Amino acid sequence: MSLEKFKNRNVGTQNYKKLDLTHPPKSAWCKFKQVVSRTFKPELCIGLWVTLREMINALFRKKMHTTQYPFEKLPISPRYRAIHEMLRLLESGHYRCIGCGLCEKICISNCIAMETRYDENQRKEVSEYTINFGRCIFCGYCAEVCPELAIVHGGRYETASEQRASFSLFEDMLTPIDKLKLQQEYQGFGAVSPNADDNIKKTPLAY
Amino acid sequence: MDATMLPEVTAVGVIIKAILILAVISAIAGFGTYIERKILAFMQRRLGPQHVGPYGLLQLIADGIKLFTKEDIIPQNANRIIFAVAPVITAATAFIALGAVPVFPDFTIPFVDVYVPSIASDVNVGILFVLGMMAAGLYGPLLAGMAQSNKWGLLGSARTAIQFLSYEVVTGLSLLAPIMIVGSLSFVDFNSYQSNGTWLVLYQPIAFILFLIAGYAETNRTPFDLLEHEAEIVSGYVTEYSGMRWGMFFIGEYANMITIGIIASIVFLGGYNDWWIFPGWIMIIAKIAFLFFLMLWVRAAWPHVRPDQLMWLCWKVLMPLAVINVVITGIVMMAI
Repeated sequence: MSLEKFKNRNVGTQNYKKLDLTHPPKSAWCKFKQVVSRTFKPELCIGLWVTLREMINALFRKKMHTTQYPFEKLPISPRYRAIHEMLRLLESGHYRCIGCGLCEKICISNCIAMETRYDENQRKEVSEYTINFGRCIFCGYCAEVCPELAIVHGGRYETASEQRASFSLFEDMLTPIDKLKLQQEYQGFGAVSPNADDNIKKTPLAY
Repeated sequence: MDATMLPEVTAVGVIIKAILILAVISAIAGFGTYIERKILAFMQRRLGPQHVGPYGLLQLIADGIKLFTKEDIIPQNANRIIFAVAPVITAATAFIALGAVPVFPDFTIPFVDVYVPSIASDVNVGILFVLGMMAAGLYGPLLAGMAQSNKWGLLGSARTAIQFLSYEVVTGLSLLAPIMIVGSLSFVDFNSYQSNGTWLVLYQPIAFILFLIAGYAETNRTPFDLLEHEAEIVSGYVTEYSGMRWGMFFIGEYANMITIGIIASIVFLGGYNDWWIFPGWIMIIAKIAFLFFLMLWVRAAWPHVRPDQLMWLCWKVLMPLAVINVVITGIVMMAI
């Protein structure tokens, strides 16, 4: 099949159906009717009403569009891959990381560095753990590969910094022990954002 | 009205009135920019100026500081004198026009017993004077656009000429019918004619609408803001202006908006007469505020027209309507 058919972009020579195209009036009577209808149709007033309605919506029905960003933030999707967080076990409060090193291995930008050792109970403990956020591309492999759901992506997305390489230590990312109750569990890759219901809109066809 | 009953107009009273007009109108003209931004924002469901002062009320002062401290640039090939004079024309004519417009009812200051008239100078051809002054104000954009050696400015001044040619005839003809009814060109006579509570807009609805349309063209408001339409001719006649010279154009524009609001409310909407339980000064403020709001409302709602559409509208639609209105008014007055 040749491409000629698709290369023809002249609207006039193709079989497009033009919607909303009224025909010019033919007789004098039709012209007169058009003039009268255009003169007395309250189209301009409809335009005025639409803007006034939006003003009433904004002022009295709490439908203001503006989010005053630094002061109020919209909730982000749980799938969003922002700055990492290290989670704790809820029962004991001990960090979940078992020092397996999978995240360090899979990191494609080589930004995770960790050192582990055996503690007195012959369990692995993490002695050094840093993420170089100057290199991190936030691909999410580390969180995906973690067998313990220990490293996850949190919601901190304001990541501007003064230095190109800004390292984050294990303790910085770990949930503070006194805020253990507020620790958010990772909801999984299919999770919807908390305000998903508000964002549902009619399809444009309904307008 | 019995003119002999009124106290004598002293020079002190006139000066107080002039200061009152100058202070109130220039304050409102500056404040109008804030109101405009706020109302337009609400109509687009935004917040508008918000952070300077409570509800952004001090935004006006911030803008003023910015305008005053900005570098005053005169472009290289500009005609320096005309470039400097043009903004003064716009601002000055706008305030001179207000000299012959009655704003508040006459009152006597208590204790010092100074009679302040309703109008700074009650010239008996008040309407002609005010319209003439406002029309002269358009020399500001015309000269500014031609003096700044900038193609966008030149296009802006060309459009000013078009606008000039279009609306002026409609303004005059639309006001002719109410003038015929009242039989005077003085605003005070218009006001006292409607003191019995019947507003002239009931007799002359078409003239009212025509006058509003022509007034929007006169003040470069949005359906007809061809002079400085950003999407087409960068900024039109103010392209090369900055700082306070630019600010003077806008003080003039907002003062003109208020003048049109005052004229429309005095000629058509009953002026500063008391109505029901409301005293006259509240009524005139309410009417001017509504007409000002209408201008912003129209700006939010309607798209602007092309220059040729403006000429088409004014010469082929509005002028015949105005002439027919005048003729019918004349016939009815002859019959009655």
